[in-house]
Amino acid sequence: MIVETTGLTKSYGTNTVLTGLDLEVAEGSVLALLGPNGAGKTTTIRILSTLTRPDGGTARIAGFDVVREAAKVREVISLTGQYAAVDEEQTGRENLVMIARLRRFSRSAARSRSADLLERFDLVDAADRRVRTYSGGMRRRLDLAMSLVARPRLLFLDEPTTGLDPVSRTTMWDAIGELVREGVTIFLTTQYLEEADRLADRIVVLHRGGVVADGTADALKNQVGGTRLDLDFGTALDAGRAEVLVGGVRTGSRLSTPSDGSAAHLHRVLDDLRVAGVHPERVSTHRPTLDDVFVAVAA
Amino acid sequence: MTGTLTMVGRSVRLSRRNVDTLLMSILLPVMMMALFVYVFGGAIATGTSYVNYVVPGIIVLCTGYGATSTAMSVADDMKKGTIDRFRSMPVSSFAVLTGHVTASVARNALATAIVVLAAVGMGFRPSATLLGWVLALGLLLLYVLALSWLAAAVGVVARSVESASVFSFFMLFLPYLSSAFVPTATMPAVLRVISEHQPITPIIETVRALLTSAPATSGWLALTWAGGLLVAAFSLATWLFRRVSSR
Repeated sequence: MIVETTGLTKSYGTNTVLTGLDLEVAEGSVLALLGPNGAGKTTTIRILSTLTRPDGGTARIAGFDVVREAAKVREVISLTGQYAAVDEEQTGRENLVMIARLRRFSRSAARSRSADLLERFDLVDAADRRVRTYSGGMRRRLDLAMSLVARPRLLFLDEPTTGLDPVSRTTMWDAIGELVREGVTIFLTTQYLEEADRLADRIVVLHRGGVVADGTADALKNQVGGTRLDLDFGTALDAGRAEVLVGGVRTGSRLSTPSDGSAAHLHRVLDDLRVAGVHPERVSTHRPTLDDVFVAVAA
Repeated sequence: MTGTLTMVGRSVRLSRRNVDTLLMSILLPVMMMALFVYVFGGAIATGTSYVNYVVPGIIVLCTGYGATSTAMSVADDMKKGTIDRFRSMPVSSFAVLTGHVTASVARNALATAIVVLAAVGMGFRPSATLLGWVLALGLLLLYVLALSWLAAAVGVVARSVESASVFSFFMLFLPYLSSAFVPTATMPAVLRVISEHQPITPIIETVRALLTSAPATSGWLALTWAGGLLVAAFSLATWLFRRVSSR
């Protein structure tokens, strides 16, 4: 286990953030900590990355205690915080060389490592421009590249794609996916179920400072319920007739019916309705959202 | 050591590229000096040529002001997550402060040199010996170092970059309540007591005496103030940084 915590507690004044967190993360896996704002995600990452001391409980990274052996923990980890910690007035290359020098790379090793990372994160063209001129996605990529200078065994990513446009988000996901293939253990927090779904082997849902659900993305979704099919009809009467045919819950002229999300199921439902002469005006499918997960697990 | 040098390199590079702040910290004292020498100076009786009287005050004013941008740089690092990144790395994150303070001293050395050159252009004729210059610059260095560490401490605890900038307002104001621009004897009693007992006055008087090769009567007092301030400011910055780091 590269991460092991037992009974981790933390409060700021009267505000209790963590209420006894127990977590284990296997080396080489990807864990997503999912939760709303204030659930304790960032506090957990701050404790594990030696930035904040826990009030109680213990946390070990690669066998080292995060409080007593912080220096050893820091040799193993890298942190990419919620806000891109890059120097606006330095170029991308200068930011990377700076981190490499701090990591005790020689001058020439720092330069070649930076060049590799710029290439890998598609920042070669922008390498010698000041970060001030970068887009949000480029900043995030540089931020991630800075975390990889020393090849960490464990990488913390605190909301790596919050505030990014969809294209940049996909690029970040691809970059993270590549790290996973290289065997880096990833501990990430996110507010998006889709992100956790796409990247993580295991999802831990945090709510009010404690774990309320723990499992694979599929297990979590089954716990919440599968896909929902919404059929909108011209009249409530049609919706009522459809309700008799395919089942579900009717609200006005809309019928919501459970589905497994497959095309085959959609075909079957529409065929049944066509044969009976009931024609929906609009069809939409809904996958469970993070809201649904919270409603289900926090209830 | 490489860590500290890397941080110093970073801060110097950031200062050099922050053109607005750099220009401000050089233009402001030069313009203030022109203002005092050519606009107010004629009406102020100091017993000597006013430019010779005012230059030490301008230097102290500009170094004090120049040091305050350290507070903003540090606050920016504290808020933006830069410090978190450094703290999660196996390096001394305190070196971030050392870097900013060193850059501050370098900025001030540059500003001081330009102010002295501009002053000579306006008729400043220092009669200092080489030893006088060394002592005056040494004292100024000590003072700048102290203020830079004080600014760093302010930056560590400031809630935002904007609130850190309040410090610069304070530092810009303080020299007026000293013998920087007018002899304190002309002030009302209460202000005179404040002016004569705040650290800037003995420092300015000593620098003035050294540069115009007058006897430096307040030398030890100035040294004690500057040295004491440096020790206090450095300890405060260290303590605050540790406290914030262990939260």
